[in-house]
Amino acid sequence: MAGIEIRNLRKQFGDLPAVDGVNLSIRDGEFLVLLGSSGSGKTTLLRMIAGLEHPTAGEIHIGGERVDGDVPPRARGIAMVFQSYALYPHRTVFQNIAFPLEASRTPRNRIEEKVRWAADMFGITRYLDRYPRQLSGGERQRVALCRALVRDPKVFLLDEPLANLDAKLRNTARDDLKQFQRRIQTTTVYVTHDQVEAMGLGDRIVVMEHGKVRQVGTPQEVYEDPVDTFVATFVGQPPMNLLALRDASLPPGTLVGFRPEHLLPRNVFGPGEELATFRFAVRRVEYLGSDRYVYGAVAESAAPEATIIAKLPGTIPLTIPEGETHEFAVPRRLLRYFDADTGLRRRP
Amino acid sequence: MTSRRTLADREDVLGGVMLAPALAYVVLLVGVPFFLAIALSFSNATAGSLSFQWTGLGNYAAILRDPIFLRALRNSVVVTVGTQVLVIILATAAAQVFRATFRGKRVARFVMLLPWAVPVSLAAIAWTWIFDSTFSVINWTLKATGLLHGWLYWLGDPALALLAIIIVQAWRIFPFATVIVLASLSSIPQEILEAAIVDGAGFWRRLFQIELPLLLPVVAVAVLFGVVYTATDLGVVYILTGGGPANTTHVLPTLAFQRGILGADLGQGAAIAVFLLPFLIVVAIAMLRVARRAEVGGAAR
Amino acid sequence: MKRVALYAAALGFTLFAGFPFYWMLITTFKQNRDLYVGASDLSHIPWIFNDPPTLEHVKLLFGQTDFLRWVLNTLLVVAAVVVITVAVAVPAGYSLARLAGRWGERLGMGIFFTYLIPPTLLFVPFARLVSVLGLQDSLASLILIYPTMTIPFCTWLVMGFLRSVPWEIEEQAMIDGYSRLAVIVKVAPRLIVPGILTVIVFSFTLVLQEFVYALTFISSVDKMTVSLGVPIALVRGDVYHWGALMAAALFTSIPLAIVYNVFIDRFIQGFTMGAVKG
Repeated sequence: MAGIEIRNLRKQFGDLPAVDGVNLSIRDGEFLVLLGSSGSGKTTLLRMIAGLEHPTAGEIHIGGERVDGDVPPRARGIAMVFQSYALYPHRTVFQNIAFPLEASRTPRNRIEEKVRWAADMFGITRYLDRYPRQLSGGERQRVALCRALVRDPKVFLLDEPLANLDAKLRNTARDDLKQFQRRIQTTTVYVTHDQVEAMGLGDRIVVMEHGKVRQVGTPQEVYEDPVDTFVATFVGQPPMNLLALRDASLPPGTLVGFRPEHLLPRNVFGPGEELATFRFAVRRVEYLGSDRYVYGAVAESAAPEATIIAKLPGTIPLTIPEGETHEFAVPRRLLRYFDADTGLRRRP
Repeated sequence: MTSRRTLADREDVLGGVMLAPALAYVVLLVGVPFFLAIALSFSNATAGSLSFQWTGLGNYAAILRDPIFLRALRNSVVVTVGTQVLVIILATAAAQVFRATFRGKRVARFVMLLPWAVPVSLAAIAWTWIFDSTFSVINWTLKATGLLHGWLYWLGDPALALLAIIIVQAWRIFPFATVIVLASLSSIPQEILEAAIVDGAGFWRRLFQIELPLLLPVVAVAVLFGVVYTATDLGVVYILTGGGPANTTHVLPTLAFQRGILGADLGQGAAIAVFLLPFLIVVAIAMLRVARRAEVGGAAR
Repeated sequence: MKRVALYAAALGFTLFAGFPFYWMLITTFKQNRDLYVGASDLSHIPWIFNDPPTLEHVKLLFGQTDFLRWVLNTLLVVAAVVVITVAVAVPAGYSLARLAGRWGERLGMGIFFTYLIPPTLLFVPFARLVSVLGLQDSLASLILIYPTMTIPFCTWLVMGFLRSVPWEIEEQAMIDGYSRLAVIVKVAPRLIVPGILTVIVFSFTLVLQEFVYALTFISSVDKMTVSLGVPIALVRGDVYHWGALMAAALFTSIPLAIVYNVFIDRFIQGFTMGAVKG
């Protein structure tokens, strides 16, 4: 078991900096999620940790040992699961799982034992004699995890392992994955573009954009205290509302942000709450079962046309006619302030 | 547990070792002879002796004064261009037919591939028989259907012989071109064609404004291969006419063979063969440009 | 109406493509007196058997000519060239696709372009080279020279093929504890099998088709390959034994056509891939 230290890591593809000066400390046993859109550099970062890409500059330490440069993937004590699962098509499930053990010249009977143990753990014992093409997506994914597990790696690297599963399976697979990681307590680095996965799985989330780390924090920190407007709008669905208010008490060039679910009709709040009140011109209401999204504009905004979204839980049985203006409010403690130019957080 | 990188992990070393034999083969047995061909064309080397002298542009001056060479050069151009025009028309039309489904398509496809599969020299000998001056089945059929009153000496008349050569070359290449056009037709997303149908585009408009522009890069490559196959082919002309009658149907490769190998004048043979080179380079560059431009355009859409 | 036009067009193309083969077939089995009737005699229809079919030409081909010898020579050359090509082109293609990095693309293009240098440009210097090496009039000369045609194209073919095979399986093996070399030896071959098969078929057909180099290097009848011997040595002076000639052409074409039919899709892939990527 081991933590990972990443210092000033850079990777240049031609003129394009794919990873641009990343510093990261991954704790021993932690489940760390790299979250970003495609092209954010998250996969390149993961592949450098694996040793599949050579860094242009910077250092990678796994378990206190420097591995960038001269340590090939096989010697880094890692296991990796690819998005496609990369199962060997001509080998049975058993032979797939046994493959890393053969590489380390594990004795035959010990291989048998370990494969059965891992297969048992993931409930795929009855598929051991099948070939990958005879398995469903979910089963393949579990075979890939099994194969990663039997190496007893210091670190798990997972590259969007749930992306190829259909939506129904994904929830249970996520739960299984988290439970499994809790049980074996191995440091895990997980790459995804799906914020639901990131929030649900990660002990901490690293939000990346254009090869740079924008924020590192627990899911709660990233969601509630985004460090800049990028993270604020990237994480959360629908994204955080950002408003330039015509308010003399704020320094010029300040954006006010709040989550859609915090923008509620004025009258649902109790008397003790300190509120920022808005005149919200409702344009359209979208009924989504458990929630309603209310689209509209805020009269106090410096850009009164900008669309603002409120997310009303089904538990508020209010009817809101389209085309009318209502009093909506946000508790002041839930407002976040940003610099309009730099996008960075500002203390009010 | 950690072990350092060994030679077995060095991608550069492994890559070099694995590439070396191929590179050596290509450099020693294609690159060197290629430049040797150019060098020989400036010399008076003969097959008989190893000694030779540089003659500068002597060989080129000699062949450019030679009416047989000029005729061969003209024939090469005529045959190559004529064949490509015929092939493009045939292949585009055949591709339109073969993308439809019909009974017996498998058999038709198999037959269509035959000209491509058969060795050139064997096909050429079969065509020699078909064009035979006494027994030509073509002549019999034309006469029997009343289309021909006189007699066609296919391989005895220079103009007819060139036509015969073009027919055989087109016959040999168009199945290959058809298959390539078909393959790229099937790679055009069905939605684009359906969108065009919904937009009210008829068959010809779809063909000329959507399919052909999208096919352009692949057609360009097919033409490139076609040009190389035709312009450099020796077998068809050598077997069909042997350059005759009276050296009127030579193309550059057959003339180079006659002078360089049969006549043992390596220098002049090389000079004639090298004349192909600018021809091929221009074609290659032009086709690659078309292909790339079309591709860039496609990417920008 | 449209269907009729479609069938007519399909029939037209098929007839054009297949006609010489029909002609080979009917010539092979026609009696001489049925065969050699001048085309100006309109009462004698050359398209059909006017007399019963005969095996005399086939017997002549196999009994009194060197045809079987040529078949044997061809197979020998094919086998040697296939072995050389696979041994050289497959590792090279792998190297270009997987190991050479940014250089791979350009080097691959360069190697591919040498395929466009035609035999007709090279046969003059090769004639000299072959005589300097003392290989004139020997099968060895063909075995030495043919790979110059097969290696560039097959290297490109393997490279293109490997591009379509995801990296991830080999990367997985590297993470699973294997060195780069071990991956190449243990994992990669299984992934390239279809590519290797294509290389074999391509080299095989190319060698069978080749005429120019054989014509240049080989002069003795007993050293000839099929594609050289049939059109050159079966013609005795000015006497063409058309029956035997067509029999030879037919018996060589059929197996090749079957092979092509099976592998056609892979060839196209190779060509279009080589074509448009750049």
